[in-house]
Amino acid sequence: MNLLLTGEQRELRAAVRSFLTTVNPRDGYAPSGYERLNGELGLGGLIVPEEYGGSGAGHRDLAVVLEETGAALLPGPFLATVFAAIVLGELGAKEQLAAIAAGTPATVGPLWGGGVTESGGALTGEALFVNGAEAELVLVRTPQGVFACRGTASPVETLDITRSQARIRFDGEPALALGELPARASDLIAVALAAEQLGVLRAALAAIVEYAKVRVAFGRQIGSYQGVKHKLADLHCALEQAESIVRYAAWTADEDPEELPKAAALAQAYVGRACFQAAKESLLLHGGIGFTWEHDAHLYYKRAKSDEVLLGPPRIHRAKLADLLEL
Amino acid sequence: MDLAEYRSAARAWLAENLPASDPKTFMAALHDAGYSGITWPAEWGGQGLTQAEERAFAAVARDFSLPTYVFSIGLGMCGPTLLDRGTPAQKERYVRRLLRGEEIWCQLFSEPGAGSDVAGLQAKAERVEGGWLVNGQKVWTSVAQHADLGLLLTRTNVDVPKHKGLTMFVVDMHAPGVTVRPLRDMTGRSNFNEIFFDDVHIPDENRIGDVDDGWSVAVTTLLHERLSISSGVGMSGQRDDPSSFEALSASVDTGDPVVRDQLVELYVRSRALALFNQRLAQETKAGIFPGARGSAAKLLLAELTSFGADLGVSLAGPEAVADGHPLGAALALAPALSLGGGTNEIMRNIIGDRVLNLPPEPRVDKNVPFKDLKVNS
Ligand SMILES: Cc1cc2nc3c(=O)[nH]c(=O)nc-3n(C[C@H](O)[C@H](O)[C@H](O)COP(=O)(O)OP(=O)(O)OC[C@H]3O[C@@H](n4cnc5c(N)ncnc54)[C@H](O)[C@@H]3O)c2cc1C
Repeated sequence: MNLLLTGEQRELRAAVRSFLTTVNPRDGYAPSGYERLNGELGLGGLIVPEEYGGSGAGHRDLAVVLEETGAALLPGPFLATVFAAIVLGELGAKEQLAAIAAGTPATVGPLWGGGVTESGGALTGEALFVNGAEAELVLVRTPQGVFACRGTASPVETLDITRSQARIRFDGEPALALGELPARASDLIAVALAAEQLGVLRAALAAIVEYAKVRVAFGRQIGSYQGVKHKLADLHCALEQAESIVRYAAWTADEDPEELPKAAALAQAYVGRACFQAAKESLLLHGGIGFTWEHDAHLYYKRAKSDEVLLGPPRIHRAKLADLLEL
Repeated sequence: MDLAEYRSAARAWLAENLPASDPKTFMAALHDAGYSGITWPAEWGGQGLTQAEERAFAAVARDFSLPTYVFSIGLGMCGPTLLDRGTPAQKERYVRRLLRGEEIWCQLFSEPGAGSDVAGLQAKAERVEGGWLVNGQKVWTSVAQHADLGLLLTRTNVDVPKHKGLTMFVVDMHAPGVTVRPLRDMTGRSNFNEIFFDDVHIPDENRIGDVDDGWSVAVTTLLHERLSISSGVGMSGQRDDPSSFEALSASVDTGDPVVRDQLVELYVRSRALALFNQRLAQETKAGIFPGARGSAAKLLLAELTSFGADLGVSLAGPEAVADGHPLGAALALAPALSLGGGTNEIMRNIIGDRVLNLPPEPRVDKNVPFKDLKVNS
């Protein structure tokens, strides 16, 4: 098992990081930015096999990229498209994979719960979809399997303003059957999300560490007070463990299918909560400015919580671990 | 040999050689088999391998009970300090014997008046004909009642700030004037001691590093201490740890969903730390020295140990605190890890100052000559 980044992965990280420096998380989905992201960096089809026009990269590479898009709070359907690519990859849906490699924004949903059913080749019902309004390819999970189908999307207000969601209604639209969703897809999605959460954690911590070096109270920098310093030290410990878990989980995604389910549940159980904890402490230690709309602290805070519940109430990951550990 | 083969060979050797007749015989056999001083230079009796093998061995050893507790201070702290800062003659004299368990070491830093702030210590060494004369007291010294040698930090200059007037020595624990008194610790056993030095003579050839430069030697020791504690180097195995996830999930009734969730929490924390330690080992192998990040691993281990013992006793209920129950004993032992090797607060200070580079606290003790400083009496 290798928990370190390779030289190539460090280069990938540097390239993505430098590309994302211009991103403003409040700008919303910018298709032109995504064109460059998919074109220059080839990120859209990162995990799509080469035969369908993708880069054929593994989940370890994907984790490196998601950590950066998470840290930058990249708005738009990047994560949703990754989730869709994971599902399509597991289903072996060639045509749709090729579309993703070509830059088609996509989503899959609902990620938790139901709401949509299939009958006679048509879908009815409604559910929440991450970036449902931006996605051109919509994959729908139903008790009858996964379908590709365009319904009527109505954007909803989201706590996390950097990631939009839409409620999509299906009123008997014809749907393309893609097959039963393999359990592995859910695990890979959990790992991918944990990688984004690691990035959010890292960025939220880095922001407050920097601020603690410059903000002065009672004649000295706030980072020199143990009440502040010790919290940041604890968050650093959490970051070290979160990174170790994400590297491990991504490694199992590529190399150890037997271990993947446990690693994926572990990743969500640990990283999801650590990420919110870091975002919360980061906000609080900023003081009043942290509570303002203009400051980014609340963006991390809201993204962290939205991510933590994205795949369902966090207890499901712990319950799954309990099952896998045969408790 | 790749790591997997290394691990299985180590496992086979341990299975064959344990339980051992006595600690010293076991150490000699361990050294002969190539598992003592794994990362230490071959020149001085080590095996010349990497931290990866060292940690791999420690991971395997966790499944066994190794009778190496009395050697842990020597292996984890004193030996690495000698390798970093000793003269060739000192390495020749001490290292191989340490690795073979022929001489037991202890670490004589803490005093009644100085623990976290160990640079504030007062045991003094004065220059005399042919060496030094030491007077003073040390305390909380683990395994000193068994020790042949000690790494002793003393004050040699009170006219300069506290960090600048310390000197490090190797002291013969059997020398005239050394009195070792075992102290009963909260487990009811005597693992640590208080030591009195009355006109103890130490030859100058036993000095490690320059006169008044003992602090930089001590920092080396403390860095090794944190890394060795967190990676379990030289520690006895944890097979018998009753508060591990494996032990608890086998011993408590998991019918209650609350219990299951608490065990999941223990599993999550244990795995998180194990993976972090594994990543540190891989980094070290790749040439990235963890340095102060070892303090994070040490802090996390202290907290995990305390969490596991607390949880174990709570899950087991009243039986756990009666009749010498192992979980009660684990709870009594748990604070050792949060105190020895630097307290949790000190670890957080180190992470804040050296890893995150946060501004230091204002200090009143940095530039004042030691003799003018407020110290514990
Ligand atoms: C089991 C065990 C084994 C040991 N073995 C050895 C040994 O072999 N050799 C040896 O030399 N020593 C040994 N020690 C001593 C150990 O290193 C000290 O006990 C420890 O460093 C704390 O020092 P102290 O006891 O003087 O407590 P103090 O330094 O008085 O600390 C009291 C409290 O104040 C806090 N505190 C102190 N300074 C700060 C600060 N700057 N910021 C925030 N909080 C602070 C501490 O965290 C602690 O909670 C051992 C201790 C134990 C418990």
